[in-house]
Amino acid sequence: MNKPVTVDESLAREFGLTGEEYGRVLSIMGRTPSLTELGVFSVMWSEHCSYKSSRKWLRGLPTKAPWVIHGPGENAGVVDIGQGYAAIFKMESHNHPSFIEPYQGAATGVGGILRDVFTMGARPVANLNALRFGSPENPVTRRIVDGVVRGIGGYGNCVGVPTVGGEINFHPAYDGNPLVNAMTVGIARQDRIFLSAAAGVGNPVVYVGSRTGRDGIHGATMSSAEFDEDALSKRPTVQVGDPFIEKLLIEACLELMATDAIVAIQDMGAAGLTSSAVEMAGKGGVGIELDLDAVPQREPNMTAYEMMLSESQERMLMVLRPDRTELARKIFEKWELDFAIIGHLTESGHIVIRHKGQLEADIPLEPLADEAPVYDRPSIAPAKPAALGAVHAPLSLDAMLLQLVGSPDLASRAWVWNQYDSTVGGQTVRRPGAADAAIIKVDDTRIGLALTTDCTPRYCQADPRTGGAQAVAEAWRNITATGALPLAVTDNLNFGNPEKPEIMGQFIAALEGMGEACKVLDFPIVSGNVSLYNETRMPDGTTQAILPTPAIGGLGVLDDVSCAIGLGMQADKDVVLIGTTRGELGQSIWLREILGREEGAPPTVDLAAEKRNGDFVRTEIRAGRVTACHDIADGGILVAAAEMVMASGTGCELESPDSGIRPEAFWFGEDQARYLVCVDDAKAFCASATQAGVPARLIGRSGGNDLILPSGVTISSARLQFAHETFFPALMDK
Amino acid sequence: MKAAIVIFPGTNRERDMALALRRVTGQAPRMIWHHETDLDGVDLVVLPGGFSYGDYLRCGAMAAHSPIMGAVRDFAASGGHILGVCNGFQILTESNLLPGALLRNADLRFLSQDCHLRVEVEGTPFTRRWKKGDIFRTPLAHGDGNYTADATTLAMLEGEGRVAFRYADAKGHVHADDRASNPNGSVNSIAGILSENKRICGMMPHPEDLVDPLMGGEDGLPLFEGLVEALVR
Repeated sequence: MNKPVTVDESLAREFGLTGEEYGRVLSIMGRTPSLTELGVFSVMWSEHCSYKSSRKWLRGLPTKAPWVIHGPGENAGVVDIGQGYAAIFKMESHNHPSFIEPYQGAATGVGGILRDVFTMGARPVANLNALRFGSPENPVTRRIVDGVVRGIGGYGNCVGVPTVGGEINFHPAYDGNPLVNAMTVGIARQDRIFLSAAAGVGNPVVYVGSRTGRDGIHGATMSSAEFDEDALSKRPTVQVGDPFIEKLLIEACLELMATDAIVAIQDMGAAGLTSSAVEMAGKGGVGIELDLDAVPQREPNMTAYEMMLSESQERMLMVLRPDRTELARKIFEKWELDFAIIGHLTESGHIVIRHKGQLEADIPLEPLADEAPVYDRPSIAPAKPAALGAVHAPLSLDAMLLQLVGSPDLASRAWVWNQYDSTVGGQTVRRPGAADAAIIKVDDTRIGLALTTDCTPRYCQADPRTGGAQAVAEAWRNITATGALPLAVTDNLNFGNPEKPEIMGQFIAALEGMGEACKVLDFPIVSGNVSLYNETRMPDGTTQAILPTPAIGGLGVLDDVSCAIGLGMQADKDVVLIGTTRGELGQSIWLREILGREEGAPPTVDLAAEKRNGDFVRTEIRAGRVTACHDIADGGILVAAAEMVMASGTGCELESPDSGIRPEAFWFGEDQARYLVCVDDAKAFCASATQAGVPARLIGRSGGNDLILPSGVTISSARLQFAHETFFPALMDK
Repeated sequence: MKAAIVIFPGTNRERDMALALRRVTGQAPRMIWHHETDLDGVDLVVLPGGFSYGDYLRCGAMAAHSPIMGAVRDFAASGGHILGVCNGFQILTESNLLPGALLRNADLRFLSQDCHLRVEVEGTPFTRRWKKGDIFRTPLAHGDGNYTADATTLAMLEGEGRVAFRYADAKGHVHADDRASNPNGSVNSIAGILSENKRICGMMPHPEDLVDPLMGGEDGLPLFEGLVEALVR
């Protein structure tokens, strides 16, 4: 273990640094760094921790609004939700570990994002996720889905945070690189928010939680490289989670946070003790000195290098008021968690690490942060996709509908949801599938939060700019469809290798689209995470990149949660279509599932229409004039209507569109900015829509148990349900 | 009614239970850390759901040896009322306060869904607001809810009217072999049982999570209202 190693450029390359970056290390240090120092530089300058390829472009995103309390830069975003409360939320990827070891990869993804939220003083109240898997036909997919779903459930169920929403797509582009993006939302009082900037020279630095082991060493570096055929041999770099310890850690931290003991606190996430110590001291403009002999250790004979780079889970680092140390120690002892003073703040501006009487590292913090590499990588702007030519329906409307509702991307997710505890906490107003966004009540108030995750990667692949805007617009629309006011976004930007100009071009274009949508929709980005190098190197030397997947986690608020509505069809109502229908079939689910083609341009995103239509729908919901609402997304109007029927079992008779558009384009086109709503009086409703400049037309009447197509063909809700519910059990339980 | 909720390391449904109890009693229940041993003045002890000690040994096995459980046993012996839900039910069987055991769900997956329960015995403190044969909806959320007991115990429970609730379909039909109505595969579709004196009840589903129309219904409320009626002093 302790055999001497020579620190040189070749070792630096093994650690993921370039020759030029190693040169920069030498000039900062003025000497050859020690092994531990090189480890610190390599993880702090990894793509995962430094955002070196993305930072330039992230700066262009809108992050401010009067209701934003803390935007990007803290552990999670913080927004004002009224009555003195704040919602604290973030989404983070655990893609690479989840491919290597699906259960632990996904579980520790949930654990990590929970810590980002409760470290700021919030009690976590909801988990969501955004998952992308390979083709259902790929035999590996089943194992990964199984492990990821069990991992998310295994962790979230045990810590007692309800998993209330999420999305799942399947596509061969994710065969060797699934995406696991986990989101946590927490609630705190606005005057009890904890930040990570260390302060107070001499103040003790305290380690709490699990002991440090050798797991996850260099995990951040692994997440910053492509996969090759040896990926599975990297299993030792995947961390192992313990949700029971996490639960104790949540309760102990919240108990301590009710006192005035904490000066600063941060979880030990990627790059473990290194990044938490460096970031806390760096943000506070102080120095930090650590004595690793005091670190609680799981294994004997760990080196300083191993301790500094370990990504053992369920650990936190805090700076405490010296006179409150004993109070804090008692709380952690009560919860049977390790508590150790492992260092103190200094005025040196350096991180100094000692172990067994030896000086292991002494690095100036300012250059470590300020001279971190930032790259303006070459990019090629994505080509505009060719428009889709004429297409024709090969089947009847009812046959196509049944096929679509049973297709992998539209089939019921009940098999998955039913493994996630969605009710623990006693505040879940709308469970998964009951509304376009999950609804959680804030305890002791009438406030409701509407939560969703969205992205349509096939749109992003065809046209990243439109796809980026569409992902934001769909999240905004899903929140609006419950009656909530969309407040802010957390994003999880999953892309391929940024060193390839075409991938960098996708990234830049997608961010432009997102940024524009966030601006027009008043929906700022307050936190997020970037995951690059999502590519798999094939044995023949070629690489397969994922579809560009900028997953959006949206949060909205309802002042009175009882005003929230769901998507289930209500009996004896007029069914009204809101928004303009041109019949856009490019990149539609219909095109892919029925004709087997992934072609054309994604649907147009008209942000002004999006805002106008959505603001109208929200106003009408809040006035009590809409009893059910569903946004029209994948699969178009007919799939949306079928989903409303399946959600409640109440049927609906649809009218002939008389629109001059071919039926398949009218019913399955994925034009944006549209909703289906149930109202009592379509005439009055459409009149006020017209007044607001919003297109609205009566499209059907609800009642009975069947979906009746304009042709007179009748599909019972039970038959729809059967087609809808077959896919997942057939895939997973075979 | 003075209720107390016991919190073990890893308990996670104590706040749900507190909300339900506060709703029927108008006052916050006492929250008792498992190191405490004092149950003076308490009318009802609740062992709530969660993953006590991470469920790392057998579910409930470690909690059964917590300091508070001595006091809970004394409380039971003196005729006290105890409700154990989910992990609480598992702790009661591990403590031998109720017979039988809870195994992994039949399909080996965690289950989180609504189920329907049929009330099997009326007039107990836990079921007095229902009539025998009544059906109510309640969420369940567990990985180890598959109730089992040896034939003698089963015959005793059935013979003495100690099966409180059975999993059923929405119409009240019980089919033990049908995963749609008996989701975890429990023997005789047993969802909840009673002690010999009918003062201790253990059940897997979570009536405490369905006591408010905002959360989708009040189907679980009669259990708590009945307890208040029975235990009011």
